[in-house]
Amino acid sequence: MKIHEYQARELLATANIPVPNGSMVTSVEDAVQVGERLAADSPPVMVVKAQVHAGGRGKAGFVKVVKSVDEIREAASFMLGNRMVSPQTPPDGLAVDRLLVAEGVDIDREIYLAITTDRTRRTNTLIASAEGGVEIEQVAEERPEAILKVPMHPIDGLSDYQARDLAFELGLQGKQVRQFVSIALQLADLFVRTDASLAEINPLVITPATEAHPDGQVVAIDAKFNFDDNAMFRQQAIAELFDPTEEDPDEMRARDAGLSFVALDGNIGCLVNGAGLAMSTMDIIKLHGGDPANFLDVGGDASQEAVTEAFRIILAEDKVKGVLVNIFGGIMQCDRIARAIVAAAEEVGFQVPLVVRLEGTNVEEARAVLEQAEARMPTMRTATDLDDAARKVCESVA
Amino acid sequence: MSILVDGSTKVICQGITGASGAFHTKGCLDYGTQMVGGVTPGKGGLQDANGLPIFDTVQSAVDSTGANASMIFVPPPFAGDSILEAADAGVEVICCITEGIPVQDMIRVRARLQGFPDSVLIGPNCPGLMTPGRKVSGEGSTAVFEGGCKIGIMPGYIHTARCDAATGKSVGVISRSGTLTYEAVWQTSVLGIGQSTCVGIGGDPVRGLGFIELLSLFEEDPETDGVVMIGEIGGSDEAEAGRWIETNMSKPVTAFIAGRTAPPGKRMGHAGAIIGGADDTAEAKMEVLRACGVSVCQSPAELGSSMATALGVQPVPVAHGAS
Repeated sequence: MKIHEYQARELLATANIPVPNGSMVTSVEDAVQVGERLAADSPPVMVVKAQVHAGGRGKAGFVKVVKSVDEIREAASFMLGNRMVSPQTPPDGLAVDRLLVAEGVDIDREIYLAITTDRTRRTNTLIASAEGGVEIEQVAEERPEAILKVPMHPIDGLSDYQARDLAFELGLQGKQVRQFVSIALQLADLFVRTDASLAEINPLVITPATEAHPDGQVVAIDAKFNFDDNAMFRQQAIAELFDPTEEDPDEMRARDAGLSFVALDGNIGCLVNGAGLAMSTMDIIKLHGGDPANFLDVGGDASQEAVTEAFRIILAEDKVKGVLVNIFGGIMQCDRIARAIVAAAEEVGFQVPLVVRLEGTNVEEARAVLEQAEARMPTMRTATDLDDAARKVCESVA
Repeated sequence: MSILVDGSTKVICQGITGASGAFHTKGCLDYGTQMVGGVTPGKGGLQDANGLPIFDTVQSAVDSTGANASMIFVPPPFAGDSILEAADAGVEVICCITEGIPVQDMIRVRARLQGFPDSVLIGPNCPGLMTPGRKVSGEGSTAVFEGGCKIGIMPGYIHTARCDAATGKSVGVISRSGTLTYEAVWQTSVLGIGQSTCVGIGGDPVRGLGFIELLSLFEEDPETDGVVMIGEIGGSDEAEAGRWIETNMSKPVTAFIAGRTAPPGKRMGHAGAIIGGADDTAEAKMEVLRACGVSVCQSPAELGSSMATALGVQPVPVAHGAS
């Protein structure tokens, strides 16, 4: 589960990690009001940032550095009045209804600091780089030595000395070290405590030296958090941060029916049991020259209702010109799925070609069920194996 | 022969009174697995529908039945604790079927399992593991087997013991995916190739035994002639397994990686990409495996035929019950 930047900032603030002053707003008037408040007690450099999960905001013009309340009004009107289009959004973009207005921060240095689970080391790992900023993945690719990794202890978490070593390796000096150590320890604790799967501060900045702070200050400017969906049963407060408007409505609908669904660009709808088999089914459709319209895993124990809903979701897309059902029954009995297919097909109504491949428990009965229904389902063909199924469905849409 | 489990393995089910635990305990019994009891705290002293004794704790179940393997169907919030309870009671093979355990729980469990060197964990979020038994009678899903050990949710009848395999060969199967494991088993069975042991290692980021540990067990097993390994996008386990195979494995290995066409963008931020490294994608994994001498299938429909070729056997197509 993802949350917004402004929510991530609030989480950091509750963990005593310094973030610039600012607020989330949903209207131009509120944005101006926050701007006036911020401008009152600091030099009037501020930022207005669209609050959407998709990246590429800066290049799309949805992150603006502004120097006056008038500029805030202008930036907020633009962002709330236009759809944001970036390489990470759908082609027609995303509506923006929340903005973050925050005070600007002078930057001396930018650091990258993140925590995620390293599946190879089977533990949570801090990732840091003295070369923070947006191009961090490029840094990782071109100069992997510039990326520092510190595995946390699986039970005890991050030790003070590990955070201190990291601070020195990042080239921090004087009072920056203690500030960084505190931030790293708090972030590590927050990560585990909230069942996060990703905590990323990019950039973590060092502000220039001032009279009050001769070593500068360490401040988190932008933050991103993802959480483990499987842990939401014990993360009530985090679960409440969920923003359904960020989700694809079809994916939400599928989730409610116990299905796992991802929409794709092709024209062959897929209904499969098991994530690995579902991915493989997409792979084999591609190998036969076709293009899958979706990933859909009906799970291990799909009911007739779930299968019907799956067909509804798949067929709701006009682009779908054929459907492939691929089920390897284990716990799921093939005859049950065959009956569900027939009932669902009759309820939803099949205009496009349907290719069904069933294997596994009770497949003989399942084949009998499909044969009996053949007359009522003129667009249905059965397949003998995975290859045959992929070939038939690709032929049918060609 | 086989790895980890065989007909002499005594199995308990943790969570035996839950719907899934009860259903699959019966399935394993029907296959011929020596199911010897179950555990549900608070229901000790009762019996399940099959007449198996139920215990309050794993320790008492082990003490009374001599169980050395456990099949876990405990719900996700408590499953991590159940794994540790089994290890602490001396259970040697702990197979956790439960899907949806928080990753942070599994990180702590894996670390604590280091204190129990005699226990191995399979899963979680996996179909289980099984060593096929001899077919005694019947065909298709109603066939009767003996001497095997099925721990988990897989359909037993699609498996073929070495003694029943027309080619006289049997292979090990290691897979991150459930139903794709069945596909591999089925495709080898219909070509007359048996399976020594099939292990679903599960799809979670932090899990028990991985490819390399199992490959090394299969390499040592005299009745395993080759190995089918099935990976997925994400992580670098398959690539590391490939490098291990190159220097340590004398038996042929066939591999398939699911998710070549999976759309990018389902990954997590920059940190996910950095930690995943270059071996994260299906193409990259296939490339590494190929370079390490593994025969890599382009299509999931080639799992069986590719294994047959790698074994150098003429496939003997068999009229299997469900074909």
